[in-house]
Amino acid sequence: MSDVLAQVVTLLVLLLQVAVMVALAPVVAGVTRQVRARVEGRAGAGVLQPWRDLRKLLAKRPVHATGTSWVTRAAPLLLVCSSLLVAALVPLVAADPLSLVPDDLFVVISVLLLGTVALALLGLDAGSAFGGMGSSRHMMISALVEPTVLMAVYALSIPVGSSTLSLIVTDRRDDPASIASPAGVLAVVALVVVVLAETGRLPVDNPATHLELTMVHEAMVLETSARDLAWVELGSWLRLTVLLGLVGNLVVPWGIATEPTLASVPLGVLAVVAKITVLAAVLGVAEVAMAKLRLFRVPELLAGSFLLAFLAVTASYLVA
Amino acid sequence: MTLVAGGLLAQLVLAALAVVLAVSVPARRRALVAGTACATLAAAGAVTGALALGGGEGELRLTGALPLAPLVLAPDRLGGLFLLLAGTVGVLACLYAIGYVHGPAGSRSQWAALAVFLLGMQLVPSAGDVVAFLLAWELMAAASTVLVLADQARNPAAREAALWYAVMTHLSLVAILAGFAVLVGQTGGTGYGVLANTDPASGAAGVAFVLLVVGFGAKAGLVPLHVWLPRAHPEAPSHASALMSAVMVKMGVYGMLVVGLRLLPGGPTWWAVLLIALGAGSALYGILQASVASDVKRLLAYSTSENVGLMVLALGVALLLRGYDVPGPASTALIACLLLVVSHAAFKTTLFLGAGAILHATGERDLDRLGGLVHAMPWTAAAFGVAALGAAALPVTGGFAAEWALLQSLIAGVRPGDRVVAVAVPVALAVIALTAGLALLTFVKAYGIAFLARPRSEGAALAHEVPVTMRVATLAGAVLVVAVGVVPGPIATVLARAVGIAGARPVGLGGLELGGVGAVLDPVALSVLGLLVSAPVLVLAAVLARRRPRVTDVDGWGCGQIRTSPRMQYTATSYAEPLMRIFDDALQPTRDVEVTHVGESRYMAASVQYRQRVDDVVEVRAYAPLVAGANRLADRARGVQNGSIHRYLGFAFAALVLVLVVVAL
Repeated sequence: MSDVLAQVVTLLVLLLQVAVMVALAPVVAGVTRQVRARVEGRAGAGVLQPWRDLRKLLAKRPVHATGTSWVTRAAPLLLVCSSLLVAALVPLVAADPLSLVPDDLFVVISVLLLGTVALALLGLDAGSAFGGMGSSRHMMISALVEPTVLMAVYALSIPVGSSTLSLIVTDRRDDPASIASPAGVLAVVALVVVVLAETGRLPVDNPATHLELTMVHEAMVLETSARDLAWVELGSWLRLTVLLGLVGNLVVPWGIATEPTLASVPLGVLAVVAKITVLAAVLGVAEVAMAKLRLFRVPELLAGSFLLAFLAVTASYLVA
Repeated sequence: MTLVAGGLLAQLVLAALAVVLAVSVPARRRALVAGTACATLAAAGAVTGALALGGGEGELRLTGALPLAPLVLAPDRLGGLFLLLAGTVGVLACLYAIGYVHGPAGSRSQWAALAVFLLGMQLVPSAGDVVAFLLAWELMAAASTVLVLADQARNPAAREAALWYAVMTHLSLVAILAGFAVLVGQTGGTGYGVLANTDPASGAAGVAFVLLVVGFGAKAGLVPLHVWLPRAHPEAPSHASALMSAVMVKMGVYGMLVVGLRLLPGGPTWWAVLLIALGAGSALYGILQASVASDVKRLLAYSTSENVGLMVLALGVALLLRGYDVPGPASTALIACLLLVVSHAAFKTTLFLGAGAILHATGERDLDRLGGLVHAMPWTAAAFGVAALGAAALPVTGGFAAEWALLQSLIAGVRPGDRVVAVAVPVALAVIALTAGLALLTFVKAYGIAFLARPRSEGAALAHEVPVTMRVATLAGAVLVVAVGVVPGPIATVLARAVGIAGARPVGLGGLELGGVGAVLDPVALSVLGLLVSAPVLVLAAVLARRRPRVTDVDGWGCGQIRTSPRMQYTATSYAEPLMRIFDDALQPTRDVEVTHVGESRYMAASVQYRQRVDDVVEVRAYAPLVAGANRLADRARGVQNGSIHRYLGFAFAALVLVLVVVAL
């Protein structure tokens, strides 16, 4: 009986985590934009502007091109649902997963990919040249990101012998030396590059551009409007937020709750919100200093990141 | 007589009946009658397989079938698994064929060949000794060659494909025969139990292992022995391609499993490394070719090379880790191998049947000329989409469960301090990862270009949904893809028992717990959690959809112009173009740009033609010189044949004398 109760409590904490992440996601987008604006010497629209955009978009009627299918209607929802599930799977507030749904990093990645595929199909469905172009580029980047992700996961999981994220995070907290070990650092750096590529940030994709030559994400959602666009945007921001939170917990694993108590859970929420906000601000500053790579230079960046991950694996073999 | 033995006998009788019906029934009713007979034969195989997989024993000895020894059929649990697969896919393919066949594919010889092909595939895993195995193998090879030739009268490509296939499949038979001969020579018996007495450390065992791996690898479509696959699969009728790709190719994997687990267990490390290298090479090369292919059946054929590569890689990892006393990860890799076999059978059947439906409805096989089929063929689109998810290894399909198990075995199979494992396991992981990424692109391309957007040709614009038996068969395949993904636990448990290992346990509602590596996957719980967290969004979306309905039927964005031509859309070729550039060195495409200038000025182009062709690099580099050499030899040999009857009689006389001399010695 107490087992069931513990699972229910865990589930409630997970739902709280999802709610916090949904509330935070537009703010994260707002923070990066605002920091960027300030660094560039502009006033900026404020960190809550993405929330106001969402409210506006949800109130409008979507417009669909002739010949579109159910994919256009379902894909935005599928994207946001996959992001929500990822937000429930990754240990952000508490490292205390459900016993039947452990926070296995392979499962997390494949749920993320489900959203990626939904977006790529959305791009193709309207039958415009832009959508196809964005979809093709997006899938090319995803295909090349995949080896790096799995290699980085592998490097992180060697010390604990499992791909369960909460184990990896608590292991790093209990053994801080492993964070600064060559394997740990290399793997996290590789993971950061991958997160930037997968969430469509500079230097892989410019989220602020509408120039044909460089668009990736924006080209796919060109035909999307109103609440469909709101779902796509929310899903993408949620992805960014969750992945930033994961990186934050891997680099600074302190503050995460291991037992769902009344004291530790609020602390966990505060800790993860702080980590994500700081990382979002850092991302904003970094993006001002970086230029977008030419599309066909992106594979070189990803190959470099793959190499880092491979070195991380080798290093952890040598150290262990 | 036990149930299993009865099932085996029933298959022989039903096959004879199916052949008789195929030959005797008039054309008008042939599809229905012969198709039903073939489906019954396949169903008998499936039932027998299920019984054998469940532990039922039975032996059928046909004395007098062969001159020297009786023909022994006695499937074990592993054989039962492959028999079950062959039977299940067979039922779907025959049901599909009833609605699908027309023209030359519905001739007497084709239906008879289908029955013989099914029987051959069902006898290979039932065989109780090497002789029966080889006989069934040859039956399967010969009948499938006839099926590839279905369209030979109209289509020269079918003749060429059949020639490649026949040559490769017989070279494979020669290698297998030689490999078994070495083992028989060592032990002096033909039963599997006797052959297992070979000492795996001996040189002869090594020779036999390499010969058998080459032979089975050629049948399984492993690179570089895969050249027949992308030719034969597109040319065969789609139900035959489904059977060949989902079952026949898998018989090569079955052969390797028998060799690695039953005949020669505990071989040296280099055997495992050889399997890993072959598997990794096939997986990468196969998916790379698939990702740039625009013929949908060619794409699926190359993807088969990839999937078989993953299975062989998993088997190699299992054998490697067995040698290092890490039983948990080793048995997990073996379970992953079998899960890959099962899930691939499900999704590749569905994909080939779906491709056949596209061909049936539009007359097109080229993705560049398809599009918009989701409107005309909603059922086929749904089934193909589900199977594509399986092929891309996304949750909650069988492909995902299988790939997840394989990754878990690699993660847990860490053995610091051992150099072979330290190199092989990360490389295997990297290969799987790149393969998974490219598979994702390949199947997004296949589904998105064929079924979404606007039709790119007249055939695609006039598409219609296919007959009901085809739809039912394709959808049933899709259901199987999801079933394997939703309840991997019980399935993996049965699979583990088939090869006599522990390590998989059902948990929760159909979830899979891999005891050896301490990992849990419960797709049902995952889906429930997903629904729970997305419920508010779905409710909000439903409320908003009612309150503010969509505006439909407006023009899409065309850069300020009214876009009219569907030729402005991305095609399969352009979709894969970035990949083509990145892997330019590996794929070596030939490109041809022809610009015709306007008469008055060199600066203005009247027309531009762009041609791009991707040949199989392995074929061009490795096989073209071989074929040229064989042709040269054949030309030389022609000198002996001058058409004179006297010379031929002289040859016969000389041969007779030679034989007498040899006998006398």
